[in-house]
Amino acid sequence: MKMVVAIIRPEKFDAVKSALEVNGIVGMTVTEVRGRGAQKGISLQSRGRSISVDLIPKIKIETVVRDDAVETVIRTIREAGRTGKYGDGRIIVMPVEVLAKVRIDETEAD
Amino acid sequence: MTIDTGDTAFILICTALVMLMTPGVGLFYGGLVRRKNLISMFALSFVAFSVVTIQWVLFGYSLAFGSDVGGVIGSLEYVGLSGVGMDGDGIPDLLFMVFQLVFAAVTLAIITSAVAERVKISSFIVFGLLWTTLVYDPLAHWVWGGGWMAELGILDFAGGIVVHISAGFGALALALVIGKRVGFGEYSMEPHNIPMTLLGGALLWFGWFGFNAGSALAADGLAANAFVVTNISAASGALAWMAASWIRGKPSSVGMISGAIAGLGAITPAAGFVGPLQAIIIGVVSGLLCYYALLFRIRQRWDESLDAWAIHGVGGVWGTLAIGIFAIAAVGGVSGLVEGSFNQLLLQAVGAGATVLYAFVVTFVLAKVVDLTMGLRVSEEEEYVGLDISQHGESTQV
Repeated sequence: MKMVVAIIRPEKFDAVKSALEVNGIVGMTVTEVRGRGAQKGISLQSRGRSISVDLIPKIKIETVVRDDAVETVIRTIREAGRTGKYGDGRIIVMPVEVLAKVRIDETEAD
Repeated sequence: MTIDTGDTAFILICTALVMLMTPGVGLFYGGLVRRKNLISMFALSFVAFSVVTIQWVLFGYSLAFGSDVGGVIGSLEYVGLSGVGMDGDGIPDLLFMVFQLVFAAVTLAIITSAVAERVKISSFIVFGLLWTTLVYDPLAHWVWGGGWMAELGILDFAGGIVVHISAGFGALALALVIGKRVGFGEYSMEPHNIPMTLLGGALLWFGWFGFNAGSALAADGLAANAFVVTNISAASGALAWMAASWIRGKPSSVGMISGAIAGLGAITPAAGFVGPLQAIIIGVVSGLLCYYALLFRIRQRWDESLDAWAIHGVGGVWGTLAIGIFAIAAVGGVSGLVEGSFNQLLLQAVGAGATVLYAFVVTFVLAKVVDLTMGLRVSEEEEYVGLDISQHGESTQV
């Protein structure tokens, strides 16, 4: 099992969520986060003054999937979440040791 | 030319009540936009209030209420408030001036609906100055300052034509010129703070008592009638919109408060001409009409973002026509269709039609001029970050 953490544009969240659902990825945890990437945020040049906005609002999606689904998840998030401009986000994949349900005594180990 | 202290006290209070409507619009709109534009939306209403205050004192009041020039505009006799003093007929001239000022200010604040989340604040100041001078002031003169509508006998008790039709159809024209928000129709732009919108709506409802009752310009029975029908129409509009939206799903609170404002907008022109039962009909019809106007606006994919057109514009037209249908001679000395007189309805239709046309066309031209010279919009990047940061250098997030 893998945990996929995707940090995406807030305005693309609905599209990404629906696309994941179409591909069978339903369960997820979502957080509103702020962050910056390689460009150190955005610098606005407006009429002589410069305002730098170094932390930009993003949405973080966390979901645990089977190993063989990871490629599908990455492809789906890219297709639905991409604008092609700086700030589209990142996808991080991490190994999961145990996935235990709280409701019942069902535990999946990797 | 004596001052009545009772009337003066009453209109002083009404003026302060109407002033509160402008930040009320700011809160109402502020809750409806995305969080990154909340400060901008709230600030725009203060910008509107301040710009109009100075404009009104310098020359706006004179253009609207100076002695009539050809039925179209007021003379420049009151420029800089010269000749506007502490004396007056019933209430001091200064008080009448400032009571009218707060109306002009809230009208410009209503228009900010059209440019929500994308307007450059410097351009809005210039646009607002032009709009109040070339759209609001002439209309106020036509109806209340002895212009051609007043001569014909077209009625508008508290601003259905001057405030609501002009702001609503002006907003539609402005929205068409400035263009849609980035991502409009592609992803959801849900209200970020509904309690704030409800609070803004509450302040509007409260302030509206000053708006309509105060338009009697005296603390008398007519003011009481306006007060009562205003409340009735607001409640009827709220319930009607709620019922209509309930059929399609759940009765949303935003829908309910929008319905109340639809009812308030519609009763505004009629508040001095109809009684309580007519107010129920006016409110219910306005709630339904404005709700379907909003759905129509969405189907047309117009980004008149916060529905000044659907609520104020359509509600204002309906209320202006409603005088011609429901007016009772016992209330305001005018008979409508129900009392067997067709003439007033015809006059009201002329008034509403002319205002729709004038407000839409002139606003469209003014917006184009500002857009071509200064640019109405912020850059796409500024819009993406939000106007709070890009226009004000402030943020609701730490």
